Amino acid sequence: MPKIANRTSSLAIKTYTAVLSARFRTLLQYRAAGFAGFGTQLFWGLIRVMIFEAFYRSSTAPQPMTVDEVVTYIWLGQAFLVLIPHRGADPDVRDMVRSGNVVYELVRPANLYFFWYSRAIAQRTAPGVFRALPMFITASLFFNMQMPPNIPATCAWIVSMLFAVLISAAITNLLNISLLWTISGEGLSLLLSSLTWLFSGLILPLLFFPDWAQATLNILPFRYLMDIPFRFYMGHIAPEQIWYHLPFQIAYLIALIAAGHLILTRGIRRLVTQGG
Amino acid sequence: MTNALRLYMHYLSQSIRSQMQYRASFIMLSFGQLLVTGVEFLAIASLFARFKHIQGWTLPEVAFLYGLINISFAFADAASRGFDIFGTMVKSGDFDRLLLRPRSTALQLAGYELTLRRIGRLLQGLIVFSWASYTLDIAWSVPKIYLVFIAIFGGTCLFIGLMIIQATIAFWTTESLELMNTMTYGGVETAQYPLPIYRIWFRKFFTYIIPLACVNYLPSLAILERGDPMGLPVILQWVAPLICIIFLIVALQIWKIGVRHYRSTGS
Repeated sequence: MPKIANRTSSLAIKTYTAVLSARFRTLLQYRAAGFAGFGTQLFWGLIRVMIFEAFYRSSTAPQPMTVDEVVTYIWLGQAFLVLIPHRGADPDVRDMVRSGNVVYELVRPANLYFFWYSRAIAQRTAPGVFRALPMFITASLFFNMQMPPNIPATCAWIVSMLFAVLISAAITNLLNISLLWTISGEGLSLLLSSLTWLFSGLILPLLFFPDWAQATLNILPFRYLMDIPFRFYMGHIAPEQIWYHLPFQIAYLIALIAAGHLILTRGIRRLVTQGG
Repeated sequence: MTNALRLYMHYLSQSIRSQMQYRASFIMLSFGQLLVTGVEFLAIASLFARFKHIQGWTLPEVAFLYGLINISFAFADAASRGFDIFGTMVKSGDFDRLLLRPRSTALQLAGYELTLRRIGRLLQGLIVFSWASYTLDIAWSVPKIYLVFIAIFGGTCLFIGLMIIQATIAFWTTESLELMNTMTYGGVETAQYPLPIYRIWFRKFFTYIIPLACVNYLPSLAILERGDPMGLPVILQWVAPLICIIFLIVALQIWKIGVRHYRSTGS
């Protein structure tokens, strides 16, 4: 018996990795969009950098980060912008729900949550290929982006970045699932993607928000998408701190997946599709 | 002309009625936008709490620039939704239908939808602008009020012009380019801070090529009675917003060239 169970689970994992890699390769086709995105991000990053440089020129008061750290943080944010699901859900899932084709998803011999989750991981990584690498090269050559100070910092960054991708995909999947409630889901999904946009560190490194907001920002999961990984990158948080932050990342990931699973099960139970 | 205007008004009233069919969704979306722009302003305010000023400009002065540009952009954004989705229209071939109608395509696209949920940004812009004017204790006079109005009007023209140019590119690429968002959204972001904080090539770009400074920074100098470190003639501060009307007219001409160049995708 255990042998069969083992076989089915390895088969299931194969299914999901196949979905992931197929989706990843499809998204890699959008090269022109990727390079246009790179140009856009470069422009945005430059505006932000100039604003911060002007602020640092205007005051000598001690700040939570040095100007070099802020600049690096901004470029990292632009390089990994695709981690923020600000465009909302997977457009293909949206079409499926609108057209009723979502019923085909239900007959697949796979768990729908993880089926969509695999797609979400591809969606949060593939478009980044054309943005992250050129951004690292351009920003470090011309715009004062720093490299990680040492190997432990690099390792801590990579680990927390991997979990950032997984958490981001779980949030994306929640947005996908909310589509099953066409009208009221739209409001929820807007709220969730706005919170991610505002409190991940993208618009402002979180330490610059007022002191009274820090406690709340520390409770929210959004800082694990950008703020914490970026601060590991530049050694702003000691690499050993990964043993403190990693359990939180894992806990948030499990909680988000469990919530998504629960909501999806409910959504499917009340799903009514038109025949035709 | 009056006929076109009447038709445009009719388009708008139809659009408002259809959006009001989903009232709960409308309220949620406007509220969501108010939340986002609200927190974004909070982010600016927290920077000022830590740094006190940016090259001599305080928070209320920057808030004045911020409110002004966001009001203009909200108007333009609500009015040019048709140009925004134009890329998909070209792709699907739906643009052919517009060509068959005996009215200008620009008019039909402008009347495509008046996006009411942009009211979130408008409200927030108005609140920030009023707060800034109140805190700065501006000595309002007739010329200054006139300047605020033409600055908002010029800004709206500028952004509509940019969105038209962005849509025109789709005639050649059959895809609207994300890159052009740097001019619209990026322009709003840029104009929220005084121009002299940026590098010189960047300032020149947003003064002479995209006349963004003309609807925001320059008129604000006159209203706030500040000197101009860039040393442009003072008279320019009073007439600059009008330049953007010319910008819009040029954009419409480019649009006409695009329409002549149009080939249906055939789908």
